[in-house]
Amino acid sequence: MARARTVERPTIPVPAKISIVLVVNGAERPLTVAPWTTLLDALRDHLDLTGTKKGCDHGQCGACTVLVDGRRINSCLALAVMKDGTHVTTIEGLAKDGTLHPLQQAFIDHDAFQCGYCTPGQICSAVGLIAEGKAKTADEIRELMSGNICRCGAYLNIVAAIEQAMGQS
Amino acid sequence: MINFEYARASDVADAVRQIAGDPGAKFIAGGTNLIDLMKEDVERPSRLIDISRLPLNRVEETTDGGVRIGALVPNSDLAYHPLIEQRYPMLGSAILAGASQQLRNMASTGGNLLQRTRCYYFYDTATLCNKREPGSGCSAINGLNRMHAILGTSEACIATHPSDMCVALAALDAKVQVVGPAGERTISFADFHRLPLDTPQRDTNLEPNELLAAVELPAQGFRTNYTYLKIRDRLSYAFALVSVAAAMELEGDRIREARLALGGVAHKPWRDALAEGALRGQEANPATFRRAADVLLHDAKGFAHNAFKIDLARRAIVRALTQAARGTPQSQSDKRIQ
Repeated sequence: MARARTVERPTIPVPAKISIVLVVNGAERPLTVAPWTTLLDALRDHLDLTGTKKGCDHGQCGACTVLVDGRRINSCLALAVMKDGTHVTTIEGLAKDGTLHPLQQAFIDHDAFQCGYCTPGQICSAVGLIAEGKAKTADEIRELMSGNICRCGAYLNIVAAIEQAMGQS
Repeated sequence: MINFEYARASDVADAVRQIAGDPGAKFIAGGTNLIDLMKEDVERPSRLIDISRLPLNRVEETTDGGVRIGALVPNSDLAYHPLIEQRYPMLGSAILAGASQQLRNMASTGGNLLQRTRCYYFYDTATLCNKREPGSGCSAINGLNRMHAILGTSEACIATHPSDMCVALAALDAKVQVVGPAGERTISFADFHRLPLDTPQRDTNLEPNELLAAVELPAQGFRTNYTYLKIRDRLSYAFALVSVAAAMELEGDRIREARLALGGVAHKPWRDALAEGALRGQEANPATFRRAADVLLHDAKGFAHNAFKIDLARRAIVRALTQAARGTPQSQSDKRIQ
């Protein structure tokens, strides 16, 4: 089969960086970012909040899930400049005064992870799930958590952990 | 991803002005598809015009009893909106059958209509693709084509439209409102998406200088007899092999009005007036449903790996019409198909 042409990359001047403010885990964090910096890269590389994980970087695995203005999103598919002025909650912002968030405790209680790489995204996603209030049954938890992939296969324990935290909320 | 400039639109008129002035620019709203495609070098805009803060985020009743959905309403908000849950439950069900809750929280209504195919060759810049590079050739026709279309294909392209929401919108006879330099115009849903023909690079009839502003639903919502049945390789968070939006109004056992649209089978949501005609006025029974499926699939054509979709579609149509007639729509969390 013939090869496709090499992708032509238009040459444009490097655009100016843009100053924004994110309110991350309750603290105002002024930032200067390029237009193409994702929210995920801003958190990890600019703010050193490496709890949020880069898995697939294409919105397929959910490891990068954070809460923006209380809603769970894939931070790898969000541009930081578009989130200027929003409140971002990451895994680092869930524990309060040295006490784990009920979901963090529930994940420990139920051994809801093996390697742990998907866990920050799973927990942030579950915080969003509980806030949405749409999941009542285990089937509904599974369906509404399907954007978070766990390649170790800890799903049974993840559902049990979420059920425990839902019972407390 | 290439370097690009970023600008925010201050209002709808400003957005239209900005896009008209820069042929390399693209609008961005939720970004879930566009940013992904930019990371793959499939989309290479020189400038993004951020429309996400424009006031196009309302779901409101219209004077003729329908509902107008602003283009920026997130998919999740739309699925759970009381007007949609109560009056257009097939639309809510279809939305919840697609993507993940994180993506639905980000993705806009307009962006859902404008999302691009998930054909793996379209995504892979090392391969030939007429949709990505017009005239270069189609790698799918003689390649791996299990996910591809069985209806309305052309020699240039056999890609499918990936949306679930759009299948329900097609069945509901929605209209698309767009704004361009010359003002507003309305496009019927059937005329919004295109067949590939010899111009597969064009997915829709939206002009490059137009902004999708809203989707409007007519009053008839089929709140009792409807279903959205989606068949896919895993139980959640996967694109459809075949999906069916089916809705009807019954008078006793007789079908007074019927709607039937399929996803995963064509370059656009596939609604067939002849198949609906084969249902209208008939008794709601398996023989009627099989006849409608035969009409809809009359010209279906399989390729090396997707011929199974023809039988799958036939059975899915019959099952969906049965669910709709029975008033037992497919649950999107309990995955058993009954």
